Formats: sequence, structure tokens, C-alpha cells
Amino acid sequence: MRSRNPFVMDCGVFTTNYREDMAILHHPAAKLKVLTIAAVFLFLPFFVSPYYVSVANLIGIAIIGAIGLNILVGFTGQISIGHGAFMGVGAYTAGILTATLGWSFWIALPAGGLMAAVIGGLFGIPSLRLKGLYLAIATLAAQVIIEFGIVHWPALTRGPAGMVLPAPTIGGLVLNTDTSFYYLILTMTVAAIVFALNIFRTRAGRAFMAVRDRDLAASVMGINIFKYKVTAFALSAFYAGLAGALWGHNLGMISPEHFTIKVSILYLAMIIIGGLGSVMGAIYGACFMTLLPIVLRELADFFGGGFAGLTHAMLAMQEAVFGLLIILFLVFEPEGLAKMWRNIKDYFKLWPFSY
Amino acid sequence: MAPQLVIDTLTLHFGGVTALSGVYQEVNPGDILAVIGPNGAGKTSLLNCISGLYRPSAGRIVFEDREITNLPPHRRAQLGIGRTFQNIELFKHMTVLENLMLGRHIHMSQGLVSGGFYWGRARREEEVHRRRVEEIIDFLEIESIRHKAVGTLAYGLQKRVELGRALALEPRLLLLDEPMAGMNLEEKEDMARFILDVAEEWGTTLILIEHDMGVVMDISDQVAVLDFGRKIAEGTPEEVQKNPLVVKAYLGKQ
Ligand SMILES: Nc1ncnc2c1ncn2[C@@H]1O[C@H](COP(=O)(O)OP(=O)(O)OP(=O)(O)O)[C@@H](O)[C@H]1O
Ligand SMILES: [Mg+2]
Repeated sequence: MRSRNPFVMDCGVFTTNYREDMAILHHPAAKLKVLTIAAVFLFLPFFVSPYYVSVANLIGIAIIGAIGLNILVGFTGQISIGHGAFMGVGAYTAGILTATLGWSFWIALPAGGLMAAVIGGLFGIPSLRLKGLYLAIATLAAQVIIEFGIVHWPALTRGPAGMVLPAPTIGGLVLNTDTSFYYLILTMTVAAIVFALNIFRTRAGRAFMAVRDRDLAASVMGINIFKYKVTAFALSAFYAGLAGALWGHNLGMISPEHFTIKVSILYLAMIIIGGLGSVMGAIYGACFMTLLPIVLRELADFFGGGFAGLTHAMLAMQEAVFGLLIILFLVFEPEGLAKMWRNIKDYFKLWPFSY
Repeated sequence: MAPQLVIDTLTLHFGGVTALSGVYQEVNPGDILAVIGPNGAGKTSLLNCISGLYRPSAGRIVFEDREITNLPPHRRAQLGIGRTFQNIELFKHMTVLENLMLGRHIHMSQGLVSGGFYWGRARREEEVHRRRVEEIIDFLEIESIRHKAVGTLAYGLQKRVELGRALALEPRLLLLDEPMAGMNLEEKEDMARFILDVAEEWGTTLILIEHDMGVVMDISDQVAVLDFGRKIAEGTPEEVQKNPLVVKAYLGKQ
């Protein structure tokens, strides 16, 4: 799967030098499109209610986490069922630094990412010998061990009770509302997206994909497979750690049940439904999986109106709907929403001469 | 002149199968060595031992006065050993350009972080190596397909792209496993020309496996003949062709 640039409409574009040819946005229309999207998100809090701003925050965090998991699973071809735990490592590291030690959030945030990267890299070491299902079990062990650590080290983590986290401050401004937090998350999300897009058009990203596609050929090109596998684990966990740290400080509290295997599976579902091996896929999947329960709940409220039992039953079906969706995508569109969206665009590019 | 590569009495077993048995071969810098032999003779196994994909059961490999027998494949690539495969091993979902840029891996130094920021150094480096890759694209006359996903290309073109990827590594020793297999006459002639140009213009030492005796006669300086994992003959193409053992090995199979 080539990491296709999402912002390019590629007809009639001719470049005259390599720099232009290598740019992410080399079409004026693409630049305009990105500017428009940027403007919409920049002013979003001014024309939607705070509730939707809080939803946007959750989506942004999910995007960061999902891109991280896609770097490992979709782009490097490794598997991880420990992503939720790596988010926990980031959240707890940052949380302990701000809440217990009183450090600045702006140091705690990268520290959370880095700690997750170190732990993620360590748990990536078995990938030297293990593949597929066996590697999945090894990362499941990471999930279990980290969860156990969080619950059973109350001196550090306050155990099952969880910890209350302070709001970040910048200058004199306290980021304690959804709207003020929104801009922090927006910045981080954009940075996470651009960083990933850059990675996959440069040396390290190509090496990740080479390891995924044909590890023998990669090794005779001089690529140290083991190094890149472990690096992918670390980078993936770094994204997870940042997402976790943001998530905790956004909510204002963390506890072990926020970082269970259910979270790991939710993120796997995001990238499978969105599209493996595609940055855009991670974005679509994160939006989809964050919005789905919200839409389901509103539907339940709407149809169940008054009948508490019915609302309850529909909400309980949520997990079944998740499961069903994953299966449907795996069977019918393994390349996910990203591919479906591409097909739709290709269709209309030629429309009305589609045949 | 000291040999660039010494394959010193190499033996390789797979369970009960002996793929290579006491094979000794020296290769001089700038030479084109053809390795021939019937199917299953151990030709690919020999290349795999040189590039590090197989570990021999006994024997040593010395490249440029340095023993490489126990180095992993990526270390050998870094020392200047490149190769192509009998069954094309390109990255099918990537474009021709991306495949060739992968060939530049060992010549680039940027890490993950500078690549992610794509500022100054990483960006300049990408551009410099892109230029080098374009030279190879020109050389192989594949300009028109540079942005195509490799999986969509015809077989003969894929073989050419795979050669390009190996050349991008600028190897001092290049191993080609049946570079012309499955090609039509015209494609074979093109490929033979590219191989001769590489040897001549870049001074690259080549080891190639080839079944087409016509091609072998035309382009190789030396020929080594394998049969059942043993080297049964060695010499110039003319010498080898007259060798009764070789004739027998080939006739025996056909
Ligand atoms: N990975 C492996 N595992 C087990 N046996 C192997 C392996 N690789 C090669 N062999 C065996 O070693 C012997 C030599 O195989 P090799 O592929 O080197 O032959 P070859 O000369 O390249 O043949 P061909 O002309 O068909 O490509 C064969 O008997 C083959 O079955
Ligand atoms: Mg072979």
C-alpha cells in the first residue's frame, strides 16, 4: 500500500523540479483545500456548542493514537494489542509529573510520550523472533503487565482509585475548558499528522514499509530489520503516550480502567475500519469510531424516547455493532474507509463519464 | 591482483539435502562471473550464502579481505554487496521511485526525527539522492514509469526496476539471479547491454546466474558450473562449453 497523499488532485499536474515533485501539496487546488479545512477547524468553537467541541477534542486525541497504531500495524506490519496500555504509560507518566511532582504540563507531555516510547520499544524486542499471532500474544502480555503495574503500584499511581490531574496553563491562561483545550489538541493533531506524512515520504518511513512488504529484500538493501521494528514500536507508543497524556489532562483524571485491553481493541478497530497503512485511514477511523457511539446513543434516545428499557438495549448493542463492523470491513473492504472514499472520488472525477 | 571475493570451500545442508558441497571460487574485481548448472544445482543457494540470507554449514566467505561469513545481510549490503532475486522481490505497492530510493538507504544518514520534521538536512538529503536515483532511471530508460506502482508493471520492466534498485545501492559486487529469465529476445538484449554497461562504466564486479548459454557466452569473463551442489568446471566460456563433464551434466538432465 503506498501512502497516498490525501490532499492531491492529480490531474494535469506537471512539476519542473524534484523539490516540487516531492512536495506534499504541489497543486494550487490542494493548497486551497487545506487552507479551507484549516480555517474551518480554527474557527470551529465559534459556531458549534461546547458539547461538540468536547467531541472534537476526543476525535483529535483518537486521531493521534490511531496514527500511532497505524505506523506500527499498517505501515510496518507488526501487531500490537498493547496500545491502550502504552496510552496509559503516557497518561500516568505525565500525570505523576504534573499532579504529584508539580511539573509543568509542557514538560510532562513530551515526557509521557518518551516514557511510552521506551516501554513500547522494550516490548517490541520480541518482534525480532515473533510474528503474527505469537507477537500478538507477546504484546497482550505488555497490556496485562502494564495494567497490573498501574493497579498494584499505588504509591506511584494511587491504584484503582486513579488520580486527579491539574489543568495545563499557558502564560496566565488555564486550559480548563473544552474550548481552550481544543486549540492544544488541534495543534498536536496537526503536528502528529504532518510528522507522520513526512515520515512516510522519507528514509525511515520507506524502511518501515519495506520491512512490512518483504523483509528479505529489505535486509539486502541494507535495512536493519530489527532496528526498524523496535523503532516502529517506540514511535507508535510515543504517539500513544502523547494521546494518553492529552486524554488524561483533558478529562482531569485518570484511572486504570481507562487503559484496558478494550481501548487497545478499539484502536485496532479504528485502523482496520479506517484503512491500514494510511494516515488518512487512521483519521477516518478515529472520527468514525468516536462518533459511532454518540450517534448510536442519540438514535437510542430518539427511538427509545421514554422507554428506558429500549434505550438500554440499544446501547448494549453498541459492542455488537463494533464487532460486526470490524468483520464486515475485514471481509469486504480490507483497505477501509480511506479506500472507499478514494473510490467515490475517482468515480466523480470521471462523472458523468464513468464507463 | 587479489581476488575481491573468495568463496572458500562452502558447504550447505538442508536436513538431508546437500545444496552446496565444498564449493571454492575466487572472483576478481571487475569480472563478470556466470554461474550455470541444471535446476536444483545450488546456484541460488550460493548467492544466498554470499548475501547472507543463508548461513553455510562449513566454509568461509571473504569479501575485500574481510571475512563476512557470519555478518547479517544488512551489514553485507552496507559493505557493498547488492543483489536481485530469481523471483522478483520488489516492494509491489510502492512506486518505482520509492523502490529505488530504498536502494539509497545505506547512503543516507537522516534519522526518524529529522525525516518527520523534513527540515533542512533531511529535505536536502532526499533531494540529493532523488537526483542520483534519476540518473539510474535515465540509464535504465524507465523515465515514463517512475511514478507507477511496481505491481502494475509488466514482468520484464519489473526485472529492470529490480536491477535499478540494486544499482541504487552502488554495490561493488552485484549478484544477479537469473536477470533475464522469462524475457523475450529484445528484453534480453537490453538487459545484457545494461549489465555490460554496469561492469564497464562503474567497474562493478558481477556474479550472475543464467540458463541461456548464448547470453553467458556473450557477456561473461568466467563461468563456474555447479551440479548437485558441486563445482564441476570453471574457466572461460569457450573452455567450459567444451568440457565433457559439463556437457554430460546438461545432457543427463535433458
Ligand atoms: N530454504 C531451503 N530449504 C530447503 N531446501 C532448500 C532451500 N533452498 C534450497 N534448497 C534445496 O537446495 C537445492 C539447491 O537449490 P537452489 O535453489 O540453490 O538451486 P538452483 O540451482 O538455484 O536451481 P534453479 O535453477 O531451479 O533456480 C535444491 O535441492 C533445493 O531444494
Ligand atoms: Mg535458483
